[in-house]
Amino acid sequence: MTTLPPPTAKKLGLVIDLDTCVGCHACAVACKEWNDGGEFGPLPDADPYGAQPNGVWFNRVHSYAVEQATGRGTRELTVHFPRSCLHCETPACVTVCPTGASYKRAEDGIVLVDADKCIGCQLCAWACPYGAREFNMERGTMQKCTLCVDRIYNETLDEADRQPACVMACPTRARHFGDLGDANSPVSKLVAEREGYALMPEYDYKPVNRYLPPRPRRDGCADAKTKAAPTESLDTAQLPGVLRWLDRVLSR
Amino acid sequence: MPHARLDLNKPTGDAVKTTTCYMCACRCGIRVHLDDGRVRYIDGNPRHPVNRGVICAKGSAGIMQHYSPARLSKPLLRVGERGAREFREIEWDEALALAAQWLGDIRARNPEELAFFTGRDQSQALTGWWAQQFGTINYAAHGGFCSVNMAAAGMYTLGGSFWEFGEPDWDLTRYLMLWGVAEDHDSNPIKLGLGKLKARGAKIVAINPVRTGYGAIADEWVPINPGTDGLLAGALIHELLHADRIDLDYLVRYTNAHHLVIRAPGAADDGMVARDADGHALCAARGDDAQARIVRADAIGIAPLVVGEARLADGRAAVPAFQLFAERYMAADYAPNAVANACGVDAGTIRRLARELAEVAFEQAIRLPQRWTDAWGREHAEMIGRPVAMHAMRGISAHANGFHTCRTLHLLQMILGAIDTPGSFRYQPPYPKSAPPPNRPGKARKETGALDAGPLGYVHAPEDLVVDAHGEPRRIDKAFSWQHPFAAHGMLQNVIANACAGDPYRIDTLFLFMANMGWNSAMNTSATRAMLCERDPASGEYRIPHLIYADAYDSETVAFADLVLPDTTYLERHDCISLLDRPISDADGASDAIRQPVVSLDRDVRPFQDVLLDLGARLRLPGLVDERGAAKYPRGYAQYMVEHERAPGVGLLAGWRGADGAHDGVGTPNPDQLARYVEHGCHWHRAVPAAGRYYKMANRDYLEWAKSLAFVGSTQPIVLQFYAETLQRFRLAARGHGAMQPPERDRARVERYFDPLPFHYPLAGEAAEGGSGEASSQDSPRPGPLAQAGEGVKDYPLAAITQRPMFMYHAWGSQNRWLRQIATRNYLYLNPHTAADNGVADGDWIWLVAPRGRIRVQARTHAGTAPGTVWTWNAIGKRKGAWKLAADAPENVDGFLLNHLIDESLRDRDGRARYANADPVTGQAAWFDLRVRIERDAEPRRAGHRIELAGNAG
Repeated sequence: MTTLPPPTAKKLGLVIDLDTCVGCHACAVACKEWNDGGEFGPLPDADPYGAQPNGVWFNRVHSYAVEQATGRGTRELTVHFPRSCLHCETPACVTVCPTGASYKRAEDGIVLVDADKCIGCQLCAWACPYGAREFNMERGTMQKCTLCVDRIYNETLDEADRQPACVMACPTRARHFGDLGDANSPVSKLVAEREGYALMPEYDYKPVNRYLPPRPRRDGCADAKTKAAPTESLDTAQLPGVLRWLDRVLSR
Repeated sequence: MPHARLDLNKPTGDAVKTTTCYMCACRCGIRVHLDDGRVRYIDGNPRHPVNRGVICAKGSAGIMQHYSPARLSKPLLRVGERGAREFREIEWDEALALAAQWLGDIRARNPEELAFFTGRDQSQALTGWWAQQFGTINYAAHGGFCSVNMAAAGMYTLGGSFWEFGEPDWDLTRYLMLWGVAEDHDSNPIKLGLGKLKARGAKIVAINPVRTGYGAIADEWVPINPGTDGLLAGALIHELLHADRIDLDYLVRYTNAHHLVIRAPGAADDGMVARDADGHALCAARGDDAQARIVRADAIGIAPLVVGEARLADGRAAVPAFQLFAERYMAADYAPNAVANACGVDAGTIRRLARELAEVAFEQAIRLPQRWTDAWGREHAEMIGRPVAMHAMRGISAHANGFHTCRTLHLLQMILGAIDTPGSFRYQPPYPKSAPPPNRPGKARKETGALDAGPLGYVHAPEDLVVDAHGEPRRIDKAFSWQHPFAAHGMLQNVIANACAGDPYRIDTLFLFMANMGWNSAMNTSATRAMLCERDPASGEYRIPHLIYADAYDSETVAFADLVLPDTTYLERHDCISLLDRPISDADGASDAIRQPVVSLDRDVRPFQDVLLDLGARLRLPGLVDERGAAKYPRGYAQYMVEHERAPGVGLLAGWRGADGAHDGVGTPNPDQLARYVEHGCHWHRAVPAAGRYYKMANRDYLEWAKSLAFVGSTQPIVLQFYAETLQRFRLAARGHGAMQPPERDRARVERYFDPLPFHYPLAGEAAEGGSGEASSQDSPRPGPLAQAGEGVKDYPLAAITQRPMFMYHAWGSQNRWLRQIATRNYLYLNPHTAADNGVADGDWIWLVAPRGRIRVQARTHAGTAPGTVWTWNAIGKRKGAWKLAADAPENVDGFLLNHLIDESLRDRDGRARYANADPVTGQAAWFDLRVRIERDAEPRRAGHRIELAGNAG
């Protein structure tokens, strides 16, 4: 068993906008690339050019068809859902760890794995209901999203680049990084404004990351009352339609 | 407790170099982080105008592309049979000597026996020029099978087009319609833009048979039947006209909608614009006395009429072009009720969309407080914007009616006053240019042996066609012939079939660069592979005697090459993204960029552009050697990029020109130019002046700026071609007027498709039903339907289309070890109702049947697919033996191409090939015209992809 630090004031995490995510996998590959060569890498690939290529990814994107209620029944949406560690406030993956390899940082709440202490028992993967843990078969140790802890404090990088690789990469800017423990941070404000939610709160692990729901869609189902269609303003039985413009005074 | 060895301040490497991505055609700026000469990682360059720091999945995976085991490493000479992949490694000297020998013999004999076709070439400013110096008309790049319909329709209508020549006003638009846009082209700018629209609450409408990617985040998905977009756009026009919700003032100011069109059936100028003795277009305008008079249409301060018959000085009748347009689109055949069934979009939705467009364009009009001066010198205190933007791509383009569909979209934009205004579609410099641009395709050789102009260009009149004395095609691909007069990008997709059939003639050498014609870039792939191996029974020689292939990777096409010239990866060479080629500008500024080698070579490969310059010097091509016959660019492409001048002071790169590097656009070559680019992140950007940001076609502030950079030749306004008089010239020729007329076989076809106003026509596969498809007048007095080997909607009720996944747009990425973990294979997706109707369960193996044959594929149900459509991800399926994938890789075993079912020709009832399976105006490959039916397999749960083709087809 590994103990958690006291509740952290700083809660670094991600806010992911499901309204804007197009499912392009840019975040997933940028994550893989940064971390493969980073402090927590490599992220090995088994059988990379063979029948069953299968590698470690800290971030994976799934697509789901979901039903959304509308003023006129339901509409079906395709929702792209990037999945990575949520850096829970009370993560079972940490408390279940027999060696202290899995731990939560007191200073910012990031959940990490110390590979040197990991014995590869995989209890943490069983404990995490979010499927955020990835087992490194080559090394026999567990890996996971680090929130790019080796980027965000890295003074050898330009200050603007001290962000998680997935956030830097996201082409629709659907990913946001910041301190969700600070109610006045831009990410907290975004969550408040867009009614961001935590995944599966019923488990009470208190995920830090938030997802922003798809905004209401303005399609034919959006609005039960339809405005009158533009109508023909001329009696076209009497006059050919094009002649309506005969008297129009235009200027060039 | 934690982590003794955790180092959060570790340097990411020892160097960072900027260059330009080449993982697709988007051409984003990247930073390559290096550690001891190895690539540590690649991220987006935050200062780059294309991607502003973001990077897509492919871009990040570029590291694995660079280190791919499929990289070629040495020149190869074929020693076995074609297709057998038996090669001998040779030295570059031998390879280049051999190529120079083949090409030298051809040039001495007949330069047109060289067909030089490049695929995803980003150096067409070099490759096209090289073909011109060689003297062959047989050059093209991949546009003919990509999106020439969209490009040509735009260039002949607006003098610009969607994607590379224009973009939605991402900052101001309030309503974006995406027509047939898959998640590929212009990937990062569109994603950045959609993010902005979402943040501002602008409405996004996706008109697409498939809802994935961008369609998934759109407010509204309109699941249209493929190939009917022109009909839907026509119905929107119908509604706007009937409701009188159009911007007529915009039309008379910026388009030729008020120009008078001569009505004199049978006359040589029927349908042409009425002109005065000096050639100035005329219009009718109301005078102060309210009487209509005929005046110059380009005059200002006049009140033009847009309807009503006028009498010309010679007594003949003429009507404004707008009237012809309104008569066509107000007719009942474009009414929402009339098109709903064909489009698969209910009439109420069409009417609502029309209403929304009008409401945003007119009730939510933008008034930008920006002073500007129009092209006639009049000052304006503000810029009026119609914040309705449109963007269209492959889904519009890859149909045989795509040119007219795209023109319909542009006319829809025009009647809303929504071309280059705040909030609408905007031009990207160096566009707009005159519509169409002045450069014609080269067709005659000068004394030096070079062509009189680049092989590709814009045909303005029958005289510009590249045809022989009988009006028959002179190019191997039949581009710029009466069969496909506006084939502005050539027709790469027809080269192999034509060369093999000797139609119109045989060639000696097919020289391909980055064009996977042995696989996913070919229609009728199995037959194409057989053609490459086909021998002439008389001589025993291959029908295409020599095939030279240049690429960085071991693709399917390598197997068929006689000589393989291995290219570098994009991180190992100089390159340039030139304004003379396919620009990367945005609406607010002109941009160009370079690639620089960021890692050193570890194999015996050479940059293709260097090889081409070397070959040119060995062949002593004009412009490639000096007076003494010595190579002019011995230091390769980097030297050419800096020193070569296309016109005095104008070269491939616009930035830091002049001896002192102080000039933009025009200036003498600057020996330090590349160093300046490197210092500036390998790109150059020059902002459009604030007063020139909109109405660029008629904005003096813009036009003067553009002229100073040599983008336009004059500051005269560019008139939008609402009525495309250029097309009427061809129609008149088909009617028997003029010195240049189409061969009898092509007359009815030219007459039908060269309509100066856009129209919708059903596709070949639908023709048997509608009876109004492709026309062929040779064998029957009445034009009869031609099809892809045959039958119609009844037998093949489903449309079959493809798209690229965002993480693999452009096939060369699909063997990438990271990207293939996202998808190692493709499925056939179909609507659950379509599946149920056909007795297909999710995961069943089924037969997809087309006139050419059938393929066995695995089906997946997908609610985001229109009921009449099936689709798959393209180019994930691979051929065993290529790309250094294991033989049992899913790409080889379960992955598939639809290409096997797509005929490269339209055939008559006897199966004879009559025309390319392409747009009759532009030659755009009609990939998405494919129609299929589903047949169940006796053992639907038994896995296994199979291809069974009809023996007599092809």
